[in-house]
Amino acid sequence: MFGLVNSDGSVRDRLPITVEDMRDLYADMVEARTYDEKSMAMQRQGRLATYAPFRGQEAAQIGAAAALHEDDWVVGTYRDAALNWRAGYPWRLLVLGRTGDERGGELPEGVNVLPPSITVGGHMIHAGGLAWAEKLQGSERIALTSFGDGATSEGDFHEAMNFAAVFATPTVFLCQNNGYAISYPTAEQTKSKTIAAKAEGYGMPGVRVDGNDVVGVLVAVREAADRARKGEGPSLIEAVTYRMGPHTTADDPTRYRDEAESRDWEDRDPLLRVRRLLEKAGGWTDEWQAELEKAASRVIEEAVEWAEDVPEPTFEQMMGRVFAERSRSPTQQPDGAADE
Amino acid sequence: MNELNLAQALNGALDTALSSDDRVVLLGEDIGRTGGVFRITDGLADKYGTDRVFDTPVAESGIVGAAFGMAIAGMRPVAELQFMGFSYPAYDQVINHVARIRNRSNHRFTAPLVIRIPYGGGIGAAEHHSESTEAIYAHIPGVKVVVPSTPRDARGLLLAAIEDPDPVLFLEPIRLYRAIKEQIPEIYYRVDIGPVRVERQGVDVTLFGWGAMMKETRQAASALEEEDISVEVIDVRTLTPLDRDGIVASVEKTGRAVVVHEAPLTGGFGAEIAATIQEQCLYSLLAPVQRVTGWDTVFPLKRSEGHYLPSVDQIIAAARRTLEE
Repeated sequence: MFGLVNSDGSVRDRLPITVEDMRDLYADMVEARTYDEKSMAMQRQGRLATYAPFRGQEAAQIGAAAALHEDDWVVGTYRDAALNWRAGYPWRLLVLGRTGDERGGELPEGVNVLPPSITVGGHMIHAGGLAWAEKLQGSERIALTSFGDGATSEGDFHEAMNFAAVFATPTVFLCQNNGYAISYPTAEQTKSKTIAAKAEGYGMPGVRVDGNDVVGVLVAVREAADRARKGEGPSLIEAVTYRMGPHTTADDPTRYRDEAESRDWEDRDPLLRVRRLLEKAGGWTDEWQAELEKAASRVIEEAVEWAEDVPEPTFEQMMGRVFAERSRSPTQQPDGAADE
Repeated sequence: MNELNLAQALNGALDTALSSDDRVVLLGEDIGRTGGVFRITDGLADKYGTDRVFDTPVAESGIVGAAFGMAIAGMRPVAELQFMGFSYPAYDQVINHVARIRNRSNHRFTAPLVIRIPYGGGIGAAEHHSESTEAIYAHIPGVKVVVPSTPRDARGLLLAAIEDPDPVLFLEPIRLYRAIKEQIPEIYYRVDIGPVRVERQGVDVTLFGWGAMMKETRQAASALEEEDISVEVIDVRTLTPLDRDGIVASVEKTGRAVVVHEAPLTGGFGAEIAATIQEQCLYSLLAPVQRVTGWDTVFPLKRSEGHYLPSVDQIIAAARRTLEE
């Protein structure tokens, strides 16, 4: 399995990244974890709809987004808030979406991140189509799609991988193999030795990377993105990681996995790893950590305040986004009465 | 002006769209080398190249999902699915993504694509090749469902569909592809998506139909007129968004309505039209609304098609029932 930084913070090879850049990635991971913790807390308080935490997957998500260009397409899942944020999706809109408001999906112009849907698997092919269109239109943009281990069992995984390979679309397929599809372990999900190995059947490269090593993910995704941009077609990256939290706020993981296993992964926490690395390089102090956490809390608090201040949506807003033009539908007035 | 059948009119419309808008691409199974199973894209790959007209792997969900991505990224893809019975693997893409991205992103991302689907029976085809499941598509908010029945409308509606800022399911009546010819202009023209077309004016009874069943509906109207019954014929041609005003205006005039469709009765789109009539012009009605439809069974194979398909006589009988009241 490819990787550059071990969980004790030692390095396997020379890192293609400066300490300063490493500190930036770490700061991003701290900010993302702050959002994740805040969201879990808010859901418990009834302020958010169901929430799917990404705790433990920060390296896979921040590392992948950091490898992309600002205007590349990102098509992720409901567990990809860190990926989406690092690719340009503002926290305030992510929070607004989780409060149960479609306006959270209205991304700023220039941010090419699709608001995630909740069905599993159907979105992967969209990154094939987006990338294909960019290629046909002569642009340098590529598309990255992120999905979990469970999604690789969906028929749409096959159609997306095959389509992208056949048309050599500039697409990066990033599987965050976090060990479980809700309760179903990856070992039962597939009899393939690895998920990366599935790439072979589609005629594209497949790479297995330590998904808790932010530098390893960054390098692997950058290589795949470079290939795509050069016209060499799609790649599959399997980032091996672990979902430290529940599937969603509606789930109890003690029903299907050992606490010993979860404890084991605590030590492989992707944030801890970068911290250990930076400590060795003299790039981390307690004071800096405190500053980071304080700054992150402020940013997330501001996003939450902004989102909670957005006025309640109106009936007209709900009905106004079916089509470009609101069609006349006289039997459907707010009071249920037909207009004459 | 050219005298063209419906299939030729569609081919011409695609040709016009490809030549007038660089963003237009076609994709589907066997649409390039062979021009599609019904030859609707015949010659277009040769004329515009294989980077505008794509033969794709056999993957309906993939075709629609890829077209969806292309549309979001600024293109105007026109996808072909070979038969309506083959469209269901892509239903998830249509209902969960194509129809929803405008809603999910509050207008920030849109999917202006067209999905062309040949539909309907009457050609003695194999299983899955004869279905009319327009109602399960018309039930989805966020996609428009359009069904032409004449060469002139086919060209104008398809060009309008390709230009439309929202996704359009374009259902093509297989039985009429080569059944009728019409003089149609070669110029770029649109037929608006939405309004019904009053094909024949009358005052005694309105016959509503769309797509392939317009043939029998027209024949029934002609037979009734020979008996001095004044028949209004309306080609609904856009199922969603439905032109309720156009429907109501006609029934307010005639007071009698027959709705004809090839799909099974239960949950068919005729129920939507009948309900609209009773909601909005009950007091103009002189008789209960009649429905002439296919049967609540699987569309049969060749030897039973005659049992299944609504006939001219059934439509005439339904119209007479409204007049007897």
